[in-house]
Amino acid sequence: MSGLPLLTILIALPLVAGALCLFVKANAARWIALVATMIELALSAYLWVQFDPNGAQWQFVESQPLGGGIGWKLGIDGIALVLIALTAFLMPICIGASWRAIEKRVPEYMAFFLLMEALIMGSFTAQDLFLFYIFFEGGLIPMYLIIGIWGGAEKIKASYKFFLYTLLGSVLMLIAMLYMRSVAGTTDIPALMAYDFPKEAQTFLFLAFLASFAVKLPMWPVHTWLPDAHVQAPTAGSVILAGVLLKLGGYGFVRFSLPMFPDGSAQFVPLMFVLSGMAVVYTSLVALVQTDMKKLIAYSSVAHMGFVTFGLFAMNRQGIDGAIMVMLGHGLVSGALFLCVGVVYDRLHTREIARYGGLSDNMPGYALLFMVFTMASVGLPGTSNFIGEFLSLVGTYKASTWAAIVGTSGIILGAAYMLWLYWRICFGTQRHADAAAMPDLLAREWWLLAPIALAVFWMGLYPESFLKPIRNDVGRLMVRLERVAPAGDSRQTPGSAVAREEAH
Amino acid sequence: MSRFAPILPELILSIGATILMMVAAFTGRRGSSLVSWLSVAVLLAATAALVGAPSHAGPVFDGLIAADLFASFGKAVMFPAAAVAIIAAHGWFERDHEHSSEYAVLILFAAAGMSVMVSATSLISLYVGLELNSLASYVLAAYRRRDDRSAEAGLKYFVLGALASGILLYGISLLYGFTGTTNFTGIAAAFARGAPSLGLLFGLVFLLAGLAFKISAVPFHMWTPDVYEGAPTPVTAFFASAPKVAAVLLSTRVCLDALAPATDAWRQIMIFAALASIFLGAIAAYGQTNIKRLLAYSSINNVGFVLIGVAGAGAVGASSVLFYMAVYVPMTLGAFLCVLWMRDKDGEPVEDIYSLSGLSQTRPAFAAAIGVFMFSLAGIPPFFGFWAKLVVFNAAVKAGLLPLAVAGIVGTVVGAYYYLKIVKVMYMDEPAEPYSRAHEPVQGALILLSALAVSPLGYLLIGTLQSLSDNAAASMF
Repeated sequence: MSGLPLLTILIALPLVAGALCLFVKANAARWIALVATMIELALSAYLWVQFDPNGAQWQFVESQPLGGGIGWKLGIDGIALVLIALTAFLMPICIGASWRAIEKRVPEYMAFFLLMEALIMGSFTAQDLFLFYIFFEGGLIPMYLIIGIWGGAEKIKASYKFFLYTLLGSVLMLIAMLYMRSVAGTTDIPALMAYDFPKEAQTFLFLAFLASFAVKLPMWPVHTWLPDAHVQAPTAGSVILAGVLLKLGGYGFVRFSLPMFPDGSAQFVPLMFVLSGMAVVYTSLVALVQTDMKKLIAYSSVAHMGFVTFGLFAMNRQGIDGAIMVMLGHGLVSGALFLCVGVVYDRLHTREIARYGGLSDNMPGYALLFMVFTMASVGLPGTSNFIGEFLSLVGTYKASTWAAIVGTSGIILGAAYMLWLYWRICFGTQRHADAAAMPDLLAREWWLLAPIALAVFWMGLYPESFLKPIRNDVGRLMVRLERVAPAGDSRQTPGSAVAREEAH
Repeated sequence: MSRFAPILPELILSIGATILMMVAAFTGRRGSSLVSWLSVAVLLAATAALVGAPSHAGPVFDGLIAADLFASFGKAVMFPAAAVAIIAAHGWFERDHEHSSEYAVLILFAAAGMSVMVSATSLISLYVGLELNSLASYVLAAYRRRDDRSAEAGLKYFVLGALASGILLYGISLLYGFTGTTNFTGIAAAFARGAPSLGLLFGLVFLLAGLAFKISAVPFHMWTPDVYEGAPTPVTAFFASAPKVAAVLLSTRVCLDALAPATDAWRQIMIFAALASIFLGAIAAYGQTNIKRLLAYSSINNVGFVLIGVAGAGAVGASSVLFYMAVYVPMTLGAFLCVLWMRDKDGEPVEDIYSLSGLSQTRPAFAAAIGVFMFSLAGIPPFFGFWAKLVVFNAAVKAGLLPLAVAGIVGTVVGAYYYLKIVKVMYMDEPAEPYSRAHEPVQGALILLSALAVSPLGYLLIGTLQSLSDNAAASMF
């Protein structure tokens, strides 16, 4: 490894840039934010190149003890790497999306966004239990302010709901962490991932962590903060919320719940399947009847997160690979869909689906890109979400046929609400003169959406780029889970039956 | 002379206070500035004397007080806090032509009382220290005697405080009657001789009730909002910081030293008081629109958390109490220093929280400082107040009190609401009429300093602070 503390730079750079933003005028703040996030992107690309998929589990490790039971310990594995890359990729796009849409108090806005990036990067790189908690919870503050200051009409209620809901979920995790420290005597995450907690304690530890991650992900029935937060947040806020912040919940399951409490996790597989099934089917049905574009996409996020939990708690390689791929794919696609909503919202200042129609006539470029992302969200082969959803459902099928049947029905429902949304907005007759007069995508908007579209196809057509870094880490997780993974009601006996028949 | 070395800080304070009282009496209003700065110097000298004093001297004066690290830690936190309370008042009392020189002297006397409180290892010195502090505090609360609210606060504080002292004395007399000693070691020995008798238990309950009044723990908190609101703001800042530390540390020493063998008896009382304070402090603050009342409930709420540490018991519990108080003081002093800067165009103090509306647009740095204190008081990471809460919850978890830790931490979420409300008012509402600008660089520097201390930069001190509080706690056992 190089001598530079790359991960510390990854966290410190946006902090410094954010502080700088507070002292300059609006336009300078925009440029500072854009440049800083682009450097972050370059930095994470460098990390990706330097990361050795066949090397040690933890790379770019840094450690600086602070005393008092907490240390500045950073390090990433492949799973953290891909999520860092996702964050770094979406951030400049968020800044770009706010370029004109945010007009008041721009320096503060950019500062909060950069602060958020630093905290998210910190959560993905932290190797100390409490350091992780600090970053994980600290992210609430900038998001609270972003929703509350630059949000829509009901921003105050939404910001409170977001803050208190997620805080309540997380505090129980803190007590569980204190318990873990007193039992295991360490707060080092890699050490804890190999530590075997007593079985009965694992039950409670799992539930305490579940309270936090289920709210963050979010899982049905604790998802109700999400639609409010999404609808009220400014476009870029929604992008980062759906694209990255929700992934912290999934990351938490992969990093903490599964490897640290395998017995506890195995115990709750039926519960997790039921909740995931509810998320997939129920929230899809809810999405179907929404009249607000953002709310519809928000509910679709909950449904997609159902695939993540299905895959994770199938506890097999396909399932977990698939869950991580869904997180990445959904991060790109839901982010892009929120941007698509933002594009028309900036022009007409309404999110009512009924106020649009026939946009493919006057906004062909927009209709094309929106189509790409709609198809990706539906899970069309060749797009990112297909890989993730397919793998996670294969994994689920190996664990439970019934769960897979319920999960797959979600794909059909997803197609129903997304295609219907697309039809109502882009096709049909042009009923409203103002909607028909909207100009097509500006160059800036092309620059925001086209890179995501490329990434979506890249993931869909050559997923190996993204599976390679996580392969060994998922393998290590499998070793941890081997003993407890659900047996499955449809275990195939590959090849053997056929082979015997051929021998006859 | 060496016999007096362990009480050097107390000597400096008492002699300094007496001399300055004379100076104040003869110079009148002209000398107020001089007396204030000299008082600050006396407090700093007393703090410096802690370094030189043999802090491991153990029991002195036949076990009346102990000059141990536990006491030194408390003094090292309280004396600077008292100094800040004097600096904060600088210029505050002049505007209504009151004498301000006695203010600083009274604080010195209170500090001497607090100093005895944290060192007390006998019921007698405990009571003397407590009363010295309380009598000075009653006068301080009523310091703006022409102001109705201040007079009312002083009277209320005095009447209720006297009642609490009575309860405390009753408990002391019971304990003395049933153990035959006022010494903490002797009392501990009496409790260790099998199951405590009914008389001892009554003594314990009355003693704790009296102490609960002083630390304003529920159900003995009723005076707090009224006194905090009515007292002049610098006095409120003082009440919320140094005397609170003294009373909390005193209660900690009583519980963990004198009553250590009866842990099971007082633990349930502490758990009740802790949870009741956390939840009442959080819920009752919802409807408050006066910032001082709101901070009063906040202090009740915070005392609840520190009592979780006391309930944790043992060296870990004592250490967590010290750690919490060391972080709590800059948070609360910083918040009150900000309140002191809330003044309208004519320089009159404003206490309505809606006057903070849109402060982030008119005075961004000021708003950011208040925001830091609010998030830190709420215990939201990454601010340092979070770590203080974590330390007390850790003590509870280590003592096997998991349900208490869970209930307490749910209380932080309930409490987070009203801290968030202040942030919301400052950051999300439309700007109100701006405050007049204060030209007080010293106060500004103090606000900056305390904001930095409770900001994430505080984590750099975490190792030092933890080992200091660990050592201090260990010295008591």
